[in-house]
Amino acid sequence: MAKTLYDKIWDAHLAHEAEDGTCLLYIDRHLVHEVTSPQAFEGLRMAGRSVRAPDKTIAVPDHNVPTTLDRANAATMTEDSRIQVEALDKNAKDFGIHYYPVTDVRQGIVHIVGPEQGWTLPGMTVVCGDSHTATHGAFGALAHGIGTSEVEHVLATQTLIQTKSKNMKVEITGKLRPGVTAKDITLSVIGRTGTAGGTGYVIEYCGEAIRDLSMEGRMTVCNMAIEGGARAGIIAPDETTFEYCMGRPHAPKGAEWEAALAWWKTLYSDDDAHWDEIITIKGEDIAPVVTWGTSPEDVLPITANVPAAEDFTGGKVGAAKRSLEYMDLTPGTPLSEVKIDTVFIGSCTNGRIEDLRAAAAILKGKKIAEGMRAMAVPGSGLVRAQAEEEGIAQIFIDAGFEWRLAGCSMCLAMNPDQLQPGERCAATSNRNFEGRQGRGGRTHLMSPAMAAAAAVTGKLTDVREMM
Amino acid sequence: MDKFTTLSGIAAPMPLINIDTDMIIPKQFLKTIKRSGLGVNLFDEMRYDGEGKEIPDFVLNKPQYRDSQIIVAGDNFGCGSSREHAPWALLDFGIRAVISTSYADIFYNNCFKNGILPITLPKEQVDILMDDAEKGANARIEVDLEAQTVTSSDGQVFSFEIDSHKKHCLLNGLDDIGLTLEKAASIDAFEASANASRPWV
Repeated sequence: MAKTLYDKIWDAHLAHEAEDGTCLLYIDRHLVHEVTSPQAFEGLRMAGRSVRAPDKTIAVPDHNVPTTLDRANAATMTEDSRIQVEALDKNAKDFGIHYYPVTDVRQGIVHIVGPEQGWTLPGMTVVCGDSHTATHGAFGALAHGIGTSEVEHVLATQTLIQTKSKNMKVEITGKLRPGVTAKDITLSVIGRTGTAGGTGYVIEYCGEAIRDLSMEGRMTVCNMAIEGGARAGIIAPDETTFEYCMGRPHAPKGAEWEAALAWWKTLYSDDDAHWDEIITIKGEDIAPVVTWGTSPEDVLPITANVPAAEDFTGGKVGAAKRSLEYMDLTPGTPLSEVKIDTVFIGSCTNGRIEDLRAAAAILKGKKIAEGMRAMAVPGSGLVRAQAEEEGIAQIFIDAGFEWRLAGCSMCLAMNPDQLQPGERCAATSNRNFEGRQGRGGRTHLMSPAMAAAAAVTGKLTDVREMM
Repeated sequence: MDKFTTLSGIAAPMPLINIDTDMIIPKQFLKTIKRSGLGVNLFDEMRYDGEGKEIPDFVLNKPQYRDSQIIVAGDNFGCGSSREHAPWALLDFGIRAVISTSYADIFYNNCFKNGILPITLPKEQVDILMDDAEKGANARIEVDLEAQTVTSSDGQVFSFEIDSHKKHCLLNGLDDIGLTLEKAASIDAFEASANASRPWV
């Protein structure tokens, strides 16, 4: 029978199927961070259980950690943050799992470290107590976020109780126009489907515009599958994928590489596979976009105007009214006239080297607007090191950006990197929810190049005018 | 985990769509290493002002809804992050059931691990129950998991669908891990076979 890529990975990991259809899916990689794991390890201790596959379990602190250069000093963390990071230190040691502590140059955002170190490979099942685990789908892996009880379940059993999702194909045809990036693709898809449009589905992204993306770009696309409500986003592996994986510290070598490659090349959706839903978008129709509201579905081209609540129907009318009030925006205002005071470049969505390069290309030889607070937060210590080697770090610094150490930072503002009430931020992260970047803070999501352009002009800006 | 069998309780109406997990429990409360004690911060930024004073208009601050055990919510409740702190906070406050047209996937699964029943009903029925919830403390909504029904205060009965495994675990308060470990032999066999065919994993 013809299968989708998701069907193939599912079948290859089905460890048990009960009579009532309840399935146990075997998990190849379990990524762990400090915020959603302490209760799970505590549960193991209380039940006298161990970690079933410590060699497949990788931990790194990222959500809480300060990104300032003095972070080795414990006093830079609040007591509760420090306790969480110390709990992860202890749990990693006690249970014998792979660990990248704050002091390790390889430390960074869990979804950037996994691929970088070669833990994430095609055809794998990857889970983490974090919704943006969808990122790893870029490798043709089935990857999704889980709750803390499920973290404990995977630690104890290396499996997850699952029901199968439906298959959705999102095809982006043709070429992208200049100034349009992976972030614009993924935001545009959510703008089209809504934040619940993907609920119950695994989305496979395909088409020429997806094939043309680098691994970094593909990770950006899959990262936000969750914002469209999908369990996972996935892209079939190809030469771009294999090239990225080859030589990574935990990728297979020699004969094992050849065996792996042979299997990976079978990981694609069959021509006559069944799709429960198909969405097709022309690459040339995608513009550089920004969000105006407090849901990732509130997406418009930068050339558009702020909408009115009455432009919507159903429950969205009330939600839009609330969003416009929270965001302090007047319907009809051109988005390109919205002034911002903060720029955040980073996160698991856009904290990779290619993202920093794209922003630096706009910033080169320019200064950020007066009074602007701008932060560049590399996704990992290795991304930071590479950016320094390439001279990108200096471009950020010369432009007036703060050049930080790796972590989740202002994406979710669990560490000291936060917006103050009323501050308005151009952010390359993934969520514009009320209070997400700090109570009362206002977030506009966009690509790294768009965020860099906004940093220079002090308002939301069409990056094409600066290219 | 506490069993869930039947519930008769006050329902708080929250007609907003896309109520996300950052609203349910903002990130500053995720810095705990415990599961308990989050109820006081449930919907924190909607419930309290910048000085920590209650906002009187917020539904759970109104006298008639302070003891709510059910939330009737707009579409796509629980979207956003995977934080299980969201159901922990709901449970700690005393919420045992949510009624909506749809839920985000991870939140939905998390509820079942904590003895909370997320009930999915068509929009027309959620609208009726939303109106019912607006009546306040005099309108108790009844939930019967075994029968898979919700009964409004004026006796209208609505049936809901639920996965049989999830229902079984909730009715009996069963621990998933214990159940899965009963299948350890299957996991062992799968692992041995996968290690042979995909040794690089």
